[in-house]
Amino acid sequence: MNEAPDTAIEFHNVSCRAANAHLLLSDLSLRVRRGETLVLLGRSGSGKTTTLKLINRMLEPSTGEVLVEGRSTLAWDPIRLRRSIGYVIQEAGLFPHFTVERNVGVVPQLERWAPEKIRARVREMLSLVGLPPDQFLSRYPRELSGGQRQRVGVARALAGDPPVLLMDEPFGALDPLTRAEIQREFHALQKRLQKTIIFVTHDMREALLLGTRIALLESGKLVGVFTPDEFLRAPDANAAAYVAAFRTDDGKSNL
Amino acid sequence: METVNFFAKNHGQILQLTLEHLWLVGISMLLALAIGLPLGILLTRRRALSKPVIGVANIVQTIPSLALFGFLLPAPWLGERADRLAIAALTLYALLPVIRNTYTGILSVDPGVREAAHGIGMTDGQVLLQVELPLAMGVILAGVRVATVITVGVATIAAAIGAGGLGEFIFRGVAMVDNRVILAGAIPAALLALLMDLLLGLVERKLTFAQ
Repeated sequence: MNEAPDTAIEFHNVSCRAANAHLLLSDLSLRVRRGETLVLLGRSGSGKTTTLKLINRMLEPSTGEVLVEGRSTLAWDPIRLRRSIGYVIQEAGLFPHFTVERNVGVVPQLERWAPEKIRARVREMLSLVGLPPDQFLSRYPRELSGGQRQRVGVARALAGDPPVLLMDEPFGALDPLTRAEIQREFHALQKRLQKTIIFVTHDMREALLLGTRIALLESGKLVGVFTPDEFLRAPDANAAAYVAAFRTDDGKSNL
Repeated sequence: METVNFFAKNHGQILQLTLEHLWLVGISMLLALAIGLPLGILLTRRRALSKPVIGVANIVQTIPSLALFGFLLPAPWLGERADRLAIAALTLYALLPVIRNTYTGILSVDPGVREAAHGIGMTDGQVLLQVELPLAMGVILAGVRVATVITVGVATIAAAIGAGGLGEFIFRGVAMVDNRVILAGAIPAALLALLMDLLLGLVERKLTFAQ
């Protein structure tokens, strides 16, 4: 069974059970293309985060297998696998005792890059996410606003130049204005970077803006995979519910 | 005035017993750290063990110190020398705050931060050394500080089994009903405790990341 060359990640009939035997994800089959942004959309407990964590082996499948670059995650050394995958989580998960510089440089440092190379890379990444390096390098996460922390989180995930980026509701904790701003910036960044991105959100607006395709999950099952256009017209009741909620939302904001 | 004269006349012995006292406390604390830190870390990895281990350490702490010295007396190698026995007992006393604070300090690290550390590909050892221990350092050092101050105090009892230290003066003074002699032991012991507390407070401030 040969992998299509444009496949970055593949789920084959993957189920995942929690330690208490609760089924988090059942029989998921999904293919993520190289360079696309696949949004995992669904409500809390739908299995989005579980799906994400199966990719960098923070979780392991109970049945089925997850292939990254054609290799089962169980065949990868988890440390190697994780260092080749950028990871951004809500509230950024920055290390509070590291400066912005050390936070962004942490993966290159783990990979034992030369110090000058790390320093240059950190500056480059901060500029990329719109934070002037000279102003931010020596700050601590507590000295940053929510939006700045999130930008640092993105910079950290990109620093090791991983081909794949996992983002778990990265902008979920931001105020609406900052959120819209950072979404736009990230949208622009996406086009430049050409990374394979798996992006978890429960916000349909975000899904429509950032997703090449949207995988809708509901109670641990995949409802379907849609392009943004298809999603808006999808006959599926779950997708329609999202669209309806979105429209009502929109109606209100137009009042 | 009398006390001051007594201090002046006996400063040599006061100094010697103070050094003995420091030695008892220092060795005991080193042992308590050497046992307590790894044990506390281990408990965060094998949490099922934390209840029984911390429970035992708790019980040890409730044994009156004089009784603890007595209990250890028949122990084969320990009982042979008074200072060994004293150090063993003091180590047992110091263990609880060190284990407990190491354990709770590490567990109180934000789970999101720990998860991010694993998620970006840190090994377990790197998560421990680069993230968990630095972030838990304040709590751990607070435990070390408490343990040290307790040990300075309890070490005065070591004189009861002939292990020396400033307790010598205290016991002698009680026997002689001479306050000057008691104070010659009690005042340096109290100063020692304060000094240790101060020093470790400085270390704590230096090494702790301000959250």
